[in-house]
Amino acid sequence: MTREHNLLQDAIAGKRAALARLLSNVENDSAFAMRLAQDLAPHAGRAHIIGITGPPGAGKSTLINQLLPRALGTHERAAVLAVDPSSPFSRGALLGDRVRMQGPSTGSNVFIRSMASRGDQGGIARATATAVQLFDACDWPVIIIETLGIGQVELDIMNLADTVVVALNPGWGDTFQANKAGLTEAGDLFVINKADRPGADSTRRELLESLSLLARRPLPTIVETVATDGSGVDELWGAICSRFMQLQADGDLATLRQARRMRLANKSIRAELDARAAASLASSAGQRLTERVAAGTMSSEETTRVLLQLLQGDQASAP
Amino acid sequence: MNQPSQKRILMSKTGLDGHWRGPTLVARALRDAGFEVIMIGMANTDEIVRAAVDEDVDLVGLNIGGHIDVALRAVRAVNEARPGLPVFAGGTVPPHAKRQLEELGVEVYPPGSQLAEIVDAAYRLTGATAPA
Repeated sequence: MTREHNLLQDAIAGKRAALARLLSNVENDSAFAMRLAQDLAPHAGRAHIIGITGPPGAGKSTLINQLLPRALGTHERAAVLAVDPSSPFSRGALLGDRVRMQGPSTGSNVFIRSMASRGDQGGIARATATAVQLFDACDWPVIIIETLGIGQVELDIMNLADTVVVALNPGWGDTFQANKAGLTEAGDLFVINKADRPGADSTRRELLESLSLLARRPLPTIVETVATDGSGVDELWGAICSRFMQLQADGDLATLRQARRMRLANKSIRAELDARAAASLASSAGQRLTERVAAGTMSSEETTRVLLQLLQGDQASAP
Repeated sequence: MNQPSQKRILMSKTGLDGHWRGPTLVARALRDAGFEVIMIGMANTDEIVRAAVDEDVDLVGLNIGGHIDVALRAVRAVNEARPGLPVFAGGTVPPHAKRQLEELGVEVYPPGSQLAEIVDAAYRLTGATAPA
C-alpha cells in the first residue's frame, strides 16, 4: 500500500504517469479499487462530471472533440474517460475514441483515458466510477465520460454524471421508440447530432412529444449540432454550463448527487449479493438445493428462504 | 478473483501517410489476441508521448510512413518519457531506416510480415501469456 500511497501523492501533485498507473491499478485490481474509492470518498465532489451517451455512431467522440476547446475556455483543464466495448470472445478491445479527438483536444491540459468495458453491461466499465473519483481528487475540474454505444437500458452513466447528455441522430426511432426507451428518462440534455441530415425536425418533434409525457419540468433542452463542423456546439456547451450553474444556485446539485450516490451504492450492493448468491448456489449445499428446484419439489419462495439461511451461515462462519 | 491484467497497446501512425489498412489489420489481430488496443490515428511526437503516458500502455506500435526522421524523433521521445517501454514498428521501412530504428531498440516488421508473427511479438514484448 505504501507504493500505492506514494503513487497517489504523486498523482495529486500533478504527475500524469502516476495518475495513469493508478487508473490501470483501478482497472486491474478490484480490491485496490475498493480501498481507493473509500480513501477518496471524502474528497470527491469538486468536478463537474458530464456523461455523453447514445447509440453507436451518434457522434459522441466527435462531439467531445468539439466540446473540449469550449470546456477549456471555462476551465483550466479537462479530463475524458472514453469507454469502448471489450470483445466477449477474446476479452480484447479496440479503443478508437481518441482517433476523433484531434487538435486542441490533444494538448497537455487534456487527459484522455480510454477504457474497455471488460464485460460490464451498464454502458461504462466497472472501474469508471473510481476512475472519476481519481480525476476529481487530482483536481481535474471537468470530467467527460463517453459511454459505449448504447441501446435502451445501459444507463449506469446516470449514477455517475451530474449532467447526462444523450446524443441522437435524425431518424432515430419514432415516438414509440422514444417512449419505451429509458434513454429519455436518463437524459438531462438532448443533442440531435448530424442535424444537417434530413429528418432533424421530425426527430426533435417526436423527442419533445415523448419528453413532455414525463413528469419532469422544465423539459430538458434539445440542441441540434453538426459535430463535424462544430455548429450548435457553443449552444450545447452553454446549455450544459447553465444547467449546472442553475443546479448549484438552487442547491439541487447536492440532492442530485445524494440520490446518485445511493443508486451507485445500490448497484454495488446488488452486484455483491448476486455474486454471493451465485457462490452459495455453487457450494455443495447449494447444489442440493438447485437439484430440488430443478426437480420441481421446492418452490422458488422456499428456495429463496433456504438460500438466505445458507448466506447467513456463510456470514457467521466467515473469519 | 482478478483475471490476469489486460495488456494495453498504443497504435499510432507517424507522418502524413494516409494508409489505414495496415494498422487497422494489425489492431484487429491484436484485439482478437486479447489485447486492449488504443488507436490514436495520425499523431505528432508530443501526442504519441502523451498518449503513451496517459494510457499507461505496455507497448507502442508505430505505423511508419514517409519521413523516417519523424519516426526516430517519436521513438526517442517515447524512450525518454517511458524508459523501458517497448516499441515495435511496421509500414514502409527502407533497410537503412530499419537499422536506425533497431539501434533505438525498436523491433521492425516490414511489409510481408505475418500477423501471427506480430501478435507473438506483442505477447513477448508485453510479457502477456498467449491463451492456450
